[in-house]
Order: sequence, then C-alpha cells, then structure tokens
Amino acid sequence: MIVLGLLCSLLGLTIPEVRLTDLERRFAEGSDTVYVVNFWATWCKPCIEELPAFDKLARKESGKPVVVLLVSLDSPKDRSSKVEPFLRKAGYKCEAVVLNEPKPHLWIDKVDASWSGAIPATLFIMNGRRLFREQEFTSRLLDSTFTTFRDKEK
Amino acid sequence: MKSFLCLGLAVILAWVSPLQAQNPLSPDGLKIADQAPDFALRNVDGKIIALSSFVDAKGVILVFTCNHCPYSVKYEDRIIALHEKYAGKGYPVLAVNSNDSVVVPEDSFSKMQERAQAKKFPFPYVVDETQTIARKYGARRTPHAFVLLRTRTGWTVEYIGAIDDNADDADKVGSKFVEDAVEALLKGTKPATATTKAIGCTIKWKKG
Repeated sequence: MIVLGLLCSLLGLTIPEVRLTDLERRFAEGSDTVYVVNFWATWCKPCIEELPAFDKLARKESGKPVVVLLVSLDSPKDRSSKVEPFLRKAGYKCEAVVLNEPKPHLWIDKVDASWSGAIPATLFIMNGRRLFREQEFTSRLLDSTFTTFRDKEK
Repeated sequence: MKSFLCLGLAVILAWVSPLQAQNPLSPDGLKIADQAPDFALRNVDGKIIALSSFVDAKGVILVFTCNHCPYSVKYEDRIIALHEKYAGKGYPVLAVNSNDSVVVPEDSFSKMQERAQAKKFPFPYVVDETQTIARKYGARRTPHAFVLLRTRTGWTVEYIGAIDDNADDADKVGSKFVEDAVEALLKGTKPATATTKAIGCTIKWKKG
C-alpha cells in the first residue's frame, strides 16, 4: 500500500495516509538509508517556512540512500483539500505522507519521549539510530545536523 | 540568544540523558506535585491577574494558548465550556498568551483584546510578555493545560497536558483529560491520568 502510495505521490496524484506502524516498519527495513522525517502541517507557519530547507536537502542527496519524508499532521480530512494542493503547488522533491493517528497522546512518545507534540519537529533515523529535534531548521543547520548524524556511522 | 541557549540546553539534556529527564513534557519546567509559582500578568481588561486573585477558587485551570494557532482556535469553545462548567465548582479557567508578538503580530495584546471580545471569553486572558511564566511552567505548545490545586501554602500542579484526545472533532472526543483531572480533584483524589501530550503550535519565543 505504501509502495502504491509512493508511486501516486511521485506522480503528483495523491498523498498516502499512513499509520505510525507503517512508518516504523519502513525505517526498520532500510538499512544504510538515512531517513530525515519532518513532522509538519499546512496550518503551521514555522513548518511551512522550513520546508524549502528539506526540499533542498532532498535535491542535494538525490540518488543517494537518503529519504526526506514529510509527515503531515493535518487532519486526514484535509488531505485532498489542503495538503495535496499545497504540496502540488510547492513542487517539493520530498516524499510526503499524511499521518492518520487519531489519539496523539498514544503515539507522540513513540516518536520520541522528549517530544512535547509541538511542531515543527524532525527525526533522523539510520540503522536504528535516532536523533530527534523539536525545533525549526535553517537550511544550514539542517545540512550540518544531517551530515553529523550520517557520518557518525563511519 | 537566551531562548536559543535554553532550547540548546533542553535539546542537549534530552539527547544526552533521556532516562534522567524527570519530565519529558517540559524538561526545564514544572512536574506533577511541584509547587506552582504565582505570577502577576495583565489581563485584556487592563487589570493585573495573579493566581492569588482567585480568592475563592479550589484550583485553577491554567491554559497556555494564543490567537493565531489553529489548534488553539479549535479548542476555544471547549476552553469556554470548561470555564462555564467548573468556575462555579471552584475551578475557573485562566488563559495565558506567552507568544512573542514580534514573531506573531496576531498574538499582540490589542489582538488578544479583540479576540477576547469577539469570543466573549468569560475568563481572564492575560499576556506573559516576558515569557517568564511559560518558561517557569515549562509550557511548550499551544494549547497546553496545567490544572492547579490550591494548598494551604500555595498551589500544586496536578495535571499537565492536552485538554482532550481529539483536537479535530469535539464530538469524537474519547477522553476529556482536563475534565477528568478536575473531577478527580473535586472528589479529593488525584487525576488517574496526570500527564498527556498533544500536537500543537510551538510557543513563539523571542528571537535574538
């Protein structure tokens, strides 16, 4: 289902809805892939402001084992009316999904225990290693955080 | 600069010692059963409001919120309903806006006055201009609720977190966390769920 969703999102048709377990399963599969997972929403101004930095990173790392994934926390009912038009217009190179998890108090801790639930927030994952940041990123800070995180493996 | 240092410190603490963090909800803020510090903040009507202003209250439902955040807006009517249900029982609502109005002009004092009037807020809506109270309490997002209980010597924190478990749809709420906490305190017991998390907007800290 995720693969199908991915294909659709590449074609600019629809953004798939996923559960957190779908994402975790995927993060567990991709060894040596660096996942840069940004939690955002169309209603969140600082999120919108930092998205170009994530797009830039995705373009820079294109062809390498790096997945920049935009996880929208918009209400799933706003998926086709807000999230898809926004992303279509922005034309970001990042993969995008809408998280469909109705009870935030049950899943926020699973992403990271230090997360208050405020967005933007970003999770870096590689071979089971995780780095979580509840903060806004500039392009420069995102690049340096990403590089430091990835190079820890070597 | 100061806010950057604090954020940096919080990130370092969370990163270096996740197990030692006492309260992941607000690593540098209050925890359950802590004494809640009093404060004096300006209300939209110009008067100064303190916790001690609520002379007859058994406790206070303190909600960090703001004008601009869509999640805060989704909860406005529910915050009003909380006050209407519990003020008479000794638990009034006190709404605090800690956002920097330079970062978000929509959260300025005059816009707060407009919003309070438009929505006919039945509770005080005060401005935490220096952001000291948000820092002391460890409020990280809007809305972020703290249920306080009056003790002989002051106030204690009895609940920290979300208002309920469904921001999107008030009709589909499963657990009303703040109501449940207040009901427990009214019965003389402790809230069964003392902390929860929710998605929300960040508190907009002053820059530089």
